[in-house]
Amino acid sequence: MSTFGSKRIVVGAHYGLRDWLAQRVTAVLMALFTIVLLIQVLMPGELGYDRWAAIFSTQWMKLLTFVTILALAYHAWVGMRDIWMDYVKPVGVRLTLQVFTIVWLVGCAGWAIQVLWRL
Amino acid sequence: MTDSVKKRPVYTNIHVTQIVSYRLPPAGIVSILHRISGFVLFALLPFVIWMLDSSLTTEISFEGFTNVFVAGVGAIPGWFVKLVTLGLIWAYLAHFIAGVRHLWMDATHSVSKAQGHNSALVTLVLSTLLTLLLGAKLFGLY
Repeated sequence: MSTFGSKRIVVGAHYGLRDWLAQRVTAVLMALFTIVLLIQVLMPGELGYDRWAAIFSTQWMKLLTFVTILALAYHAWVGMRDIWMDYVKPVGVRLTLQVFTIVWLVGCAGWAIQVLWRL
Repeated sequence: MTDSVKKRPVYTNIHVTQIVSYRLPPAGIVSILHRISGFVLFALLPFVIWMLDSSLTTEISFEGFTNVFVAGVGAIPGWFVKLVTLGLIWAYLAHFIAGVRHLWMDATHSVSKAQGHNSALVTLVLSTLLTLLLGAKLFGLY
């Protein structure tokens, strides 16, 4: 599929395949993170600060959380873009909302990653 | 070429006022709730990261985090924070279960009318029950 030059495909079948697949792959990653976190949270013992912070202190959990944050940002971008494309028709307003979405998601991802490696 | 001058049908988007008179099947309800819950999760993202931040950073910030759900923060009372959290819980569960339904449909080609109907009902019931269960815990009912 050409995405540039004179043979660039802008409409038609398969154009959304990449987004469709990306949304499913990122969803599986987030579901995996949810299960892994749930298992650790539901381990016996009182869930105070120490045990909670310990869950996120291991390097593998930090990396899994990091990948999940990126997956979430991409997943939410595809979904929010769908919403704007469906309901907002004026190009200027749609572009503004799409830029806002990217800023929002990148900002949130940055904050979450900062929390992760400050510990 | 008389055909070309024939009036072609014009399709317009359905207006919000028309939508309320539509009778959606369960699969349709799950579909629109999937979108609404996704938007809610997007909008509440800073709240989620604030929770991650304050609960993880230090023992003192953890105290502050738990205190917000009791005493509130600034002009926002504690019960309202809990209400927003309940909304977050619902959005997560509804979106998660509807998403798993999608993956299950993709993987097993379970796309008949009956399968779609039944899995939609399971999604609605399961997400509602789990939200009530966790909501009761959140508001200290057990």
